[in-house]
Amino acid sequence: MLYLELFLQGLLQGSIYALVAVGLTLVYGLLRILHVAHAGLYTLGGYFGVLVFNSTGSLMLSGIVAMFGVGILGVIIYRLCYEAILDQPPYVPLIASIGLFIAMEELYRILFGSYGISYTNPPLQQMLPLGGMYLREGEWVTILVSIILIGGLAWLSSRTRLGLAWRATVTDPQMAESFGIDPIRVRYFNFFIGSALAGTAGMIVGILNNLVEPTMGSVPSYKALAIIVLGGLGSVRGTLVAALMLGVVESFGTIYLGNVLNRDAIAFVFLILVLMVRPQGMFRGV
Amino acid sequence: MGYEISLLTFMGISIIGSLSLNLITGFCGQVSLGHVAFVGMGAYTASILTKADTPFFVALLAGMLLAGSFGVMVGLASLRVRHDFLAITTMGVNFVFLGVVREQEWLGGELGVSSIPDPGLGKLGFLALVLGCVILVALLSLQIRRSWMGYVFEAVSGDEDTARMLGLDVSRYKLIAFALGTALAGLSGGLYAHHVRFIFPDSFAFVESITLLAMVVIGGNGSILGVIVASALLSVLPQWFQFIGDYKLLLYGSLLFVVMRFSPGGLAGLAKYIFPKSKKSFGLKENR
Repeated sequence: MLYLELFLQGLLQGSIYALVAVGLTLVYGLLRILHVAHAGLYTLGGYFGVLVFNSTGSLMLSGIVAMFGVGILGVIIYRLCYEAILDQPPYVPLIASIGLFIAMEELYRILFGSYGISYTNPPLQQMLPLGGMYLREGEWVTILVSIILIGGLAWLSSRTRLGLAWRATVTDPQMAESFGIDPIRVRYFNFFIGSALAGTAGMIVGILNNLVEPTMGSVPSYKALAIIVLGGLGSVRGTLVAALMLGVVESFGTIYLGNVLNRDAIAFVFLILVLMVRPQGMFRGV
Repeated sequence: MGYEISLLTFMGISIIGSLSLNLITGFCGQVSLGHVAFVGMGAYTASILTKADTPFFVALLAGMLLAGSFGVMVGLASLRVRHDFLAITTMGVNFVFLGVVREQEWLGGELGVSSIPDPGLGKLGFLALVLGCVILVALLSLQIRRSWMGYVFEAVSGDEDTARMLGLDVSRYKLIAFALGTALAGLSGGLYAHHVRFIFPDSFAFVESITLLAMVVIGGNGSILGVIVASALLSVLPQWFQFIGDYKLLLYGSLLFVVMRFSPGGLAGLAKYIFPKSKKSFGLKENR
C-alpha cells in the first residue's frame, strides 16, 4: 500500500511538472529558447487564482483568469523580449530570460509581500475516497485537469488545421511559410498555449498548498528544464513521460535516498545519469 | 579603510571567478551554468584543510586540484552532450553539488564551515595576494588567447564539427578548457573562503552561477577586459545599491535582461558600437 501511495503521489507531482514543462518544450521546439521566465508565469497563475478567488469566490472565474491572463502575458513576453534576440547565440535569450525571471520574482515580492497569500476560504480541501485511494478533492482535480488539458493539446495538434500549421512550422519553418502559414501567428499561439498551461499549473499548486509565494516558481523553473532535456528537448511526448517518471523517481527517492541527497538534487542526478547513457534525452526531439 | 579593502578583495575574487568561466564559456564556447559548484569545491576543500592545520597555500592548491579534477569529469560529459544539453547538465552539477553538501555532516550540512583560520597575511597582504592572482589569471587568459590553443578554442566555439574535420583534437582542447577554468574557479573559492572565513551551501547556490555567467556575458563573452570591468561593477553594485535595499534584486534582474535584450554583445559590444572606427576589437570575435 505504501508503494502504491508513493507511486500515486509521484504521478500527481509528475502531472504538475508536466503542465509546466510542456509549455517550455513547446517554446524550445519552435524557437530553441530555454525560457526560464516560464516559471514566473507559473507563479503569476497562482497569484491570479488566489486574488480572483478571494475577491469573487468563483473557482471557475479564477481558473479562466489564471489561464487566459497568463496566456496573453506569455505572448506579450515573447513579443517584447524574445522576438528581437532570436538570431543571437542561444545563451543570450537564456540570460535575458533568467534576468526576467529574477525581476518577476522580485516584482511579485514587492507587490504582494514576501510571505505569500493564502485562500481565505480554501476550496477543494475535503478528503474524497475513490477506488480505495484517499486523496483530497484538489488532488483528484489536478489529475483530471492535467488529463483534460494535455488530451486537449494532443487533439489540437493532431486533429485541427491550427495544429497542423503548428507542427509544420516546428518541422520546417521556411517550408511551412511558403505554404502560406504565418510563422509569427504560430509563435504567438505557441506562447499562448504554453503559458496558459503554466498558469493553470500555478493556480493548482496554489490551491493544493493553500499558499502562493513569490518564490514558488524557482524550483519548478529549473526542474522543468531538467525534464525537457530528459524528454529530448522539443519532444512533447518525451516531456510528458519524463515529467511523470521524475515525479515517481522523486517520491521514491526522497524515502530511500533522503539522507544522501535532497529532493531537488535527485532530479539532476537522474538527469545526468540518463544523459550519459543517451545524450539526446530519452526521446528524440521533433 | 577596512571596508574598502574588503570590497576590493571581494571584487578581485569575483574577477578571478568570472575570468575562469570566461575560459570555458567565452573562449571555448561551452556554456556552463554551474560554475559556482567548482568555486564551492575549492572553498570547501581549502577551508577544511586549513582547519586541519594544513598551510594556506597547500590548501589553496589542493582546492584547485580537486575542483580541476571534477572539472575534467564535467568536461568528459561535454564530449558526450552538447549545446543546450550541456548547459542544463552543468546546471545539474550545481544542484547535485549543493544537494550532496547540504546532507553531509562532516561538511557542516546546512550550517556550513565556520571559523576558518586566518591565513595570517593581514588585510592588505591578502588583498595584494588576490590582486596578484587577478593579474596572473588575466595574463594567462591573454597568453592563451594569443597561443595556438586560443585559436583552437575559437574554432571549437565557432563550429565544433568543422574544427574536428580540420583535424583538430576537439575533445582534448575541451578537456583542457574545463580543467583550467574549473581549477581557477577552485582558486577563487579558496580565496573566498579565507576572505569571509565562513562558508555555507547557499554561498554556492545556482543564483551565484548565474551571477558569474552574467559577469561574463555582460562584459562581452570572450572579452578579457570587458569581463574584468563587468565583474568589478557587478560585484560592488549590490553594495552601492544598499540605499535601494529592497529593490536590489529587481534592478539586478532587469539589468541582466536589458543588457541582453538591447546589447547582446555586452559591454564590449557596446564599446564597439560607440567607437566603430577603432581598430581594436575590444576582445570580441568577428561576426559574432
